[in-house]
Amino acid sequence: MRKISLGKLALPLYAVIAIIYLLIPIAYTFVFSFNDSVKSNIAWRGFTFDKWLEVCNQQGVCEAFGNSVLIGVISTVIATALGTMIAIALVRYRFKFRSAVSLLLFLPMATPEVVLGAGLASQFLSLGAQKGLVTIIIAHVMFCLSFVVVTVKARVASLDPALEEAGRDLYGSPSQVFWKITFPLLLPGIMAAALLSFALSFDDFIITNFNAGPETTFPKFVYTAAARGIPAEANVVGSAVFLLAIAIVVTLQVRGSRKQKRLLKIK
Amino acid sequence: MAFAAFSGGPAKTHKPMKSGRVALFLLLPGLLYLGLFFLTPLFSLIITSLQVPDPSGEIGRYQYGFAIENYWIVIESYWPHILRSFGYALLATVFALIISYPLAYFIGVKARRWPLLQGLLLTLVIAPFFISFLLRTLAWKQIFSNESWIVTSLQSIGALAQDQYLVGTPFMVIFGLTYAFIPFMTLPLYTTLERLDIRYLEAGADLYATPATTFRKITLPLSMPGIISGTLLTFIPIAGDYVNASRDFLGSTDTAMIGNVVETNYLQINDYPAASALSVLLMLAILVIVTFYVKRSGTDDLL
Repeated sequence: MRKISLGKLALPLYAVIAIIYLLIPIAYTFVFSFNDSVKSNIAWRGFTFDKWLEVCNQQGVCEAFGNSVLIGVISTVIATALGTMIAIALVRYRFKFRSAVSLLLFLPMATPEVVLGAGLASQFLSLGAQKGLVTIIIAHVMFCLSFVVVTVKARVASLDPALEEAGRDLYGSPSQVFWKITFPLLLPGIMAAALLSFALSFDDFIITNFNAGPETTFPKFVYTAAARGIPAEANVVGSAVFLLAIAIVVTLQVRGSRKQKRLLKIK
Repeated sequence: MAFAAFSGGPAKTHKPMKSGRVALFLLLPGLLYLGLFFLTPLFSLIITSLQVPDPSGEIGRYQYGFAIENYWIVIESYWPHILRSFGYALLATVFALIISYPLAYFIGVKARRWPLLQGLLLTLVIAPFFISFLLRTLAWKQIFSNESWIVTSLQSIGALAQDQYLVGTPFMVIFGLTYAFIPFMTLPLYTTLERLDIRYLEAGADLYATPATTFRKITLPLSMPGIISGTLLTFIPIAGDYVNASRDFLGSTDTAMIGNVVETNYLQINDYPAASALSVLLMLAILVIVTFYVKRSGTDDLL
């Protein structure tokens, strides 16, 4: 006698439903980027490509998007450099106060965004600093840093020290060993960290809102627009970024699996 | 992308090399940065929370002081918001766990034989990260809007009264919070379940344990690390969130959480001491939770 196995039918079905649930708002945003809306983008008024072709016609969308990209790139470069250095130190070196350092790196990830945002805003307030792009970038580097450390650290830990030893045995100077061996091997981890950092920066709203002053970013544009109805052009930007990100992830995965196959052949 | 942050886990560790100036050179810039822009702001927050109004009476101007009563004032005026935040966060975390666990189990255990399917499912789980979370929340608002077929059909079958709607209710806010943080729960769960040795489950079955007993005695305890980091990664950001509960998104004035109060006080009415006092209270609550976690698992697993 065979019972209907939980794992055979119910679980896959459940997984499919859960995934669909996760994707519904994405599909909705995508579909409504083609809506021939006039002011607010709530009711369906017919299909059009216009919003995609003339995104920048909507006041503020492209400026906000440009700001977000600029902030994302600068914060990512700084956070990735600082974070990679810390990750290497954490895995490769022994030093005092190790658990204090771990805690200091963990806390920003565990602190609610309002607290981070209000804290920095208080600091800028008491220093009398003008809020703007610089203060946003300072804030973004701060919360991206720990995520970079976590991501790169995993890669450093899986690195075989014998490869670097071989470099030293062949009379490579420390900087040669780093740039010719360590860095290329760490590169996938560093790239992943940079992508994560850019994604976090690009999508951040709460911390940005506290430290942006008059400057707008894409999330801030959406938040402000939400009060009076969000234009379809915002959906266009969101959908385009989504498609681009998915393309990057799929390319990286396909490349990774190809590389693995090649390596298996060599073995 | 974000998935990479959780997938690391403690890999095999090599013997750390000698300490020295190199370590200091590598650590110092980043730690200095965190000191300046993470730790000092927390102190700024405490100092601001104790400030007293400027004698000039000008709005938004404060003087240094030691007004510990600021804390009693915010607790007295905002205790419903504080309770609501932790209540919503608790419920949303539990719902996210209930929804995520079977999903993570399927991806991590059942889909193991098909790496391609596993990769595809994981990409789909993190897909929401690639689209602005404000847009996603607005999408739910419109899907459940007062004119939507969901609301009108619920009204026609009598589940909702004619003048009752979904947007603006606690239900909607908790729904939105649960949705937004499911990936943060699913990924750490997946990471631990992926390493689960199936032979333990087979051994359980061989010893005549029912599937339920096997789950309770083997799977659940072995996936505990994932459950703990998942709940931590979900509960904390939810407790501080103010987008879902905002009036322009899924909430109303009746659903305002701590985050909303902090935002209003800080950015709109410029009552910095009250906003800071509330933030400090929120941070203290979170620190208690983190301390509990560190006591249980140590600092090595933090990163």
